[in-house]
Amino acid sequence: MKKGVSIILLLILLWGVVAALSEMPFGKAKLEVAGHYTDYGKEDTGAANIVTSVVLGYRGFDTLGEVTVLFLACIGLAVVLSTLKKQGCGARQTPSLILNTGFRFLFPLILLFGTYVFMHGHLSPGGGFQGGAVIASGFVLMYLSVPKIKRLNHFVSTLFESVGGLIFLVIGLIGLKLGSQYFLNNFLPNGEFNTLLSAGIIPVIYIAIGFKVGSELSKIIDVLLEESE
Amino acid sequence: MSFLQNYAYYTGAFGLILIGLFIMMTKRNYIKIIIGLSILETGVNLFLIAVGYISGGTAPIFSRSGITAEKMVDPVPQALVLTAIVIGVAVLGMALALAIRLHKHFGTLNLLEIREQRW
Amino acid sequence: MIIIVSVLIIIMLAAAVAACIFKDLLSATIASCMVSLIAAVLFFFLQAPDVAMAEASIGAALVTAVFVIAIRRTRRYEE
Repeated sequence: MKKGVSIILLLILLWGVVAALSEMPFGKAKLEVAGHYTDYGKEDTGAANIVTSVVLGYRGFDTLGEVTVLFLACIGLAVVLSTLKKQGCGARQTPSLILNTGFRFLFPLILLFGTYVFMHGHLSPGGGFQGGAVIASGFVLMYLSVPKIKRLNHFVSTLFESVGGLIFLVIGLIGLKLGSQYFLNNFLPNGEFNTLLSAGIIPVIYIAIGFKVGSELSKIIDVLLEESE
Repeated sequence: MSFLQNYAYYTGAFGLILIGLFIMMTKRNYIKIIIGLSILETGVNLFLIAVGYISGGTAPIFSRSGITAEKMVDPVPQALVLTAIVIGVAVLGMALALAIRLHKHFGTLNLLEIREQRW
Repeated sequence: MIIIVSVLIIIMLAAAVAACIFKDLLSATIASCMVSLIAAVLFFFLQAPDVAMAEASIGAALVTAVFVIAIRRTRRYEE
């Protein structure tokens, strides 16, 4: 009964979608604003990666909102789980030799790769969000392979998180105070195109976002694991 | 073949959306519903990127000198989806934390049984 | 090219259906991880390397880890 009703609803949805998609050809340009971004993004922001110049240059304020949502979800998770009683430690398998040795070899490389990804966000694919996720997956490997490690230092991770958020806000406010009257104004020089020190404030903000996202995501894993042992 | 050329990505994206919605509508296990939500999210992301694609386009990065702005795919959906993915994992973590609380409180994850019990 | 893409899309949809059918939540999680992984390859074919990177590192690694931890703390089988 329930399945039948939902299949009928989904078929109605499918019919609407097919009717809409027949008007929307695949592989044609659809938005005019995209043409503006690809034509002038290079001169406006100085970043070689146009996605980065949209995320942090043209729509930096949206990104601030998204970072805030991430922060709030992380806090909500910690609050929901904080009232649980801590249980005794259950029996846990000791990790194998391969996992342990592989962790020791790979963990610094993963952190280095994450740092590389968020430092070169304005030149190559990548950026603060992806780099932060790579760093957090390194911490997942750490929790898998080292059974009796000291937990993530909450003071240090909170410090990275708060400082990352504050750098974003302060740079935005400095741009508002200097230059013309808008938030996240690019007040640093654009520099030489396609080099590491270019694109004004974009690399600085992406490094801050990288630290923030990395510490937040690894904190989510840490909080979820913490009470179960 | 031209049908495949035009509609393969749309078919995949809407297949994922429909399967995700079906899981969310018919299943009663809380974690299964969240799995459906994550599949639905992947489908929506795939659809947005497929809308922004331009035939024969290049990635929107000026990495070599031969790349011109005329043949670039649309960067706006990519910027949207990039942040949506990161938000998605935080929201999933929040929902799973609620699942852990529900299991601690009621001893079950079946939503019908939870509705019958007293709060 | 379009043949490879079609085969990948068929595998992706099959993994999604498997995630719907499985009663074992751990298997369903791995199936949804496979959906994310193939979606990352499709993002790369659609000329979106930034999004492919985010989907591969988040959708395939972090989301799976979060699900596995939550299943370990609750129960494994859907009754």
